[in-house]
Amino acid sequence: MSDLRDLYEEVILDHNRSPRNFLKKPEGTNHQAYGFNPLCGDEFRVYLAVEDGIVKDVGFDGAGCAISTASASLMTEAVKGKSLEQAHALFEDVHKLLTQRAESSDLGKLAVLSGVHAYPMRVKCATLAWHTLQAALENRQGETVTTE
Amino acid sequence: MSIRNDTVARQVTPAYDVARIRHDFPALHQEIHGKPLVYLDNGASAQKPRAVIDAISEFYAHDYANVHRAVHTLGERATQTYEAAREKARHFINARSPEEIIFVRGTTEAINLVAQSYGRNTLRAGDEVILTQMEHHSNIVPWQLLREQTGIVLRVVPIDDSGELILDELEKLFNRRTRLLTLTHLSNALGTINPVHRIIEMAHARNVLVLLDAAQAVPHLSVDMQALDCDFYAFSGHKLYGPSGIGVLYGKKDLLAAMPPYQGGGEMIRYVTFEKTEYADLPCKFEAGTPNIAGAVGLGAAIDYVSGIGLAAIAAHEQDLLAYATDRAAEVAGMRIVGTAREKASILSFELAGIHPHDIGTILDSEGIAIRAGHHCAMPVMRRFGVPATARASFGMYNTRDEIDALIAALHRAREVIR
Repeated sequence: MSDLRDLYEEVILDHNRSPRNFLKKPEGTNHQAYGFNPLCGDEFRVYLAVEDGIVKDVGFDGAGCAISTASASLMTEAVKGKSLEQAHALFEDVHKLLTQRAESSDLGKLAVLSGVHAYPMRVKCATLAWHTLQAALENRQGETVTTE
Repeated sequence: MSIRNDTVARQVTPAYDVARIRHDFPALHQEIHGKPLVYLDNGASAQKPRAVIDAISEFYAHDYANVHRAVHTLGERATQTYEAAREKARHFINARSPEEIIFVRGTTEAINLVAQSYGRNTLRAGDEVILTQMEHHSNIVPWQLLREQTGIVLRVVPIDDSGELILDELEKLFNRRTRLLTLTHLSNALGTINPVHRIIEMAHARNVLVLLDAAQAVPHLSVDMQALDCDFYAFSGHKLYGPSGIGVLYGKKDLLAAMPPYQGGGEMIRYVTFEKTEYADLPCKFEAGTPNIAGAVGLGAAIDYVSGIGLAAIAAHEQDLLAYATDRAAEVAGMRIVGTAREKASILSFELAGIHPHDIGTILDSEGIAIRAGHHCAMPVMRRFGVPATARASFGMYNTRDEIDALIAALHRAREVIR
């Protein structure tokens, strides 16, 4: 196992402590999705306000561990302002980073999530918000997304 | 805990040699992430002593064949060994007869057997089964399946803030349609020991049968079926330091004799034609197909091992550990123990304010400490206490106060890591 600090990176701790776009359902929300990992109890709802194919605003609520919360918070920051296609592409990149540790050079701050790969039991925590984002991009309401 | 209490605890268990016991468990002697393994997940499954590992290995190496059907020597030897294991299980819980000991895959299968054999054939739409808010999913879902099949009604005994059953509420749930009360002997999520003697008396006074889920209880509490007088008692081998995939359903003989088979197949028949089949006598009637023969042998060896040390001595040792752990846990900032019943055993379920149980689990693992984080297959308990999950340290016969010190140090470390 690598050092715990690679998992609980400073940026991750910060986003766990004060999650961004949290407890917020943006005005004009027209896309949303629900993610739930029943074994963990981790649970998030992701809200998107999409206008002309662009994610104008984003928010989330729910509860989870430090990894899932920070990942959700980082996701909301990263996806704001992106087109639906760009957001889909971002999901693919992050998914690869988490499951195959395939680092893409332009992930910026999201690169802090790379430490999760060394903890196979925790990958599902980090991917939950991203799979929920993907469902929200497709506006799959009424479906429960899970990564367990 | 004060020095004075220390002395008292040592006087209670003068002959308990935990170092010798640890020596018997090979899995304990390894490092995890460069730290000595501290195994505190016994509530999920216990490690195995060399005696169990060797018994299974020796059985496969020398005595293995199918049981109950061969005329050859190995078949006879295997049958004798398998039936000897049944006798050990009988003796262990002081059942009247080996016919009352049904080998099953584990507690879950035992409960499903009772639901599908006894329940499906005896209970009618509108009949009521009482269970409790602290049940493991394995003592909830089989009854929900039965409800779908038969239209029975399920009633739930609530628990109080300490994690004890509210017996006054149980009292109110009994009515003329109540047929069965099914409950855990020792709660896996809270550690609560239920007052089963009293509860069984309450139920029997109303002609209600009682099933006890003893998956957590058997490694910690000595039981006597004849004194307890419960109707069904279900437990698994793997929490009792034996193998997984083997367990026991105890049932009173007259009840078992009246119940139809749970599964059909070989081993459970006396005579088969296409028109009609006569079933075998107890216990074979409930053991269709080739059983987990080596598993039963391993369970027998585990019972021998546990009996050799003595459940009373094990229980005293574990009570000392639980008291010590409970005291020391109070030192950790933000600690909330979930489950503070007056009668408790072996389980410390808790949450730390601001740290999710899974983060605790990962950080403790990095220190070589194995605990369970999650809902413990008892989601209604989690809901009752308003938590999605808890962290749970569960103690076994080989754990030590030093290991609890390591646990507490690691919890302090978790506080440092998740700031």
